[in-house]
Amino acid sequence: MIPAFLYALVGVGLFTLGLYALIIHAHLLRKILALNVMASGVFLVLVALAARTQGMPDPVAHAMVITGIVVAVSATALALVLMLRVRIATGRAELAKEPLE
Amino acid sequence: MKKSNNAKPITENDSRQAQFRLLLAVPLSALAVGLGYAVLSLPSQAPGLSDHVAAKLEISGVSNPVTAVLLNFRGYDTLLELGVLLLALLGVWSLGAAPKRREPSPGLVLELLSRLLVPLLILVAGYLLWVGGHAPGGAFQAGSVLATAGVLLLLAGWRLDTRFSGLPLRLALVAGLGVFLLVAVVLMLAGGHLLEYPPSFAGALILLIEAAATFSIGTALAALFLGGRPEKGSHR
Amino acid sequence: METVTLLQPVFDTLLGLALLWLAWRALASPDLFKAIVLFITFGLLMVLAWVRLDAPDVALAEAAIGTGLTGALLLAALTRLNSKSDAKSVHEKEQQRKAHN
Repeated sequence: MIPAFLYALVGVGLFTLGLYALIIHAHLLRKILALNVMASGVFLVLVALAARTQGMPDPVAHAMVITGIVVAVSATALALVLMLRVRIATGRAELAKEPLE
Repeated sequence: MKKSNNAKPITENDSRQAQFRLLLAVPLSALAVGLGYAVLSLPSQAPGLSDHVAAKLEISGVSNPVTAVLLNFRGYDTLLELGVLLLALLGVWSLGAAPKRREPSPGLVLELLSRLLVPLLILVAGYLLWVGGHAPGGAFQAGSVLATAGVLLLLAGWRLDTRFSGLPLRLALVAGLGVFLLVAVVLMLAGGHLLEYPPSFAGALILLIEAAATFSIGTALAALFLGGRPEKGSHR
Repeated sequence: METVTLLQPVFDTLLGLALLWLAWRALASPDLFKAIVLFITFGLLMVLAWVRLDAPDVALAEAAIGTGLTGALLLAALTRLNSKSDAKSVHEKEQQRKAHN
């Protein structure tokens, strides 16, 4: 019981930490890292809350998290390539504050 | 960290940035406290759907509940997830060609290690795929181990021959989604519902779908690592 | 056996704190390479958390994807980000082309 809620709270902390970093950092690679940390936090909450059983934990949540991990990695790959395109187009790996030119 | 060429002068923004961070910390800590409160106010005992899964596990064709959920009870999720993987790859490919390699020789250690590890990784992937029916493992895990083997090969400078980087590569990528859809449609035409497997040979169907999905997931993730559309003679 | 069950909450707490600390360091580190390596370490500790939460399937997926593939993707993107040849020159060529027109 106790570890489940402990890990759920850690997940909440990771989510908030990731959200904070997502907002304050301008560099796109840091934003991608922050998004991944947020995703890890959400997964941790889901799996921790699925462990609130006597015997076997809820397998539906586990299956959803496995699907989520694969989707997260493909989204990360796409985001990284987009970041490289931004860098090629503007010379910087940051989003422009105002439209260029 | 390297500064980009047209970075703005930071000194004047510095104090304002610190203020902004402090201001931001307030709503975010409120959010964290609220979420933590919400989590702690949940009942400490909640079986969720595990009883339902346990009750129907016998007719799913596999004895590992997570695989049963992924491939049978919630097959839609997995089907669409394979589609998402392909969409991400489509996005990456549409953003340009894969970068040209700069250094042709990967070094002795990487080359020998990849020769040793890649067959082992393929073996592990096959084992994970097979064992997924009754123990932790399954298509996603096996596929990602396969992709790791592909990434290792890419790092060692190995590229797919030009003959295979066209249609055969694309066929490999859509094999998982294709087999999944084919099984679903055939079973629907044979009189069931979409993605409803007859219990007598559900295990074999799941293994078939998982094998194709493993292959496709491995290829797609390795292709994502390449970071662009493979031109003449690239990829895994 | 007594000591093992007594130590489990301690281990859970330490693991949770380590996860939060690693995530914070990964997101706040000034060096991008260091940030990525810390993120990979964070993923490795996440595997331990999944095992503690009775989710071996998720642990396997995270071990292969979260640490292996995501780390490789991020490091490859960082290498391409730092390589001078593409980004700047294309940007400057674009500027020159615009100036000519």
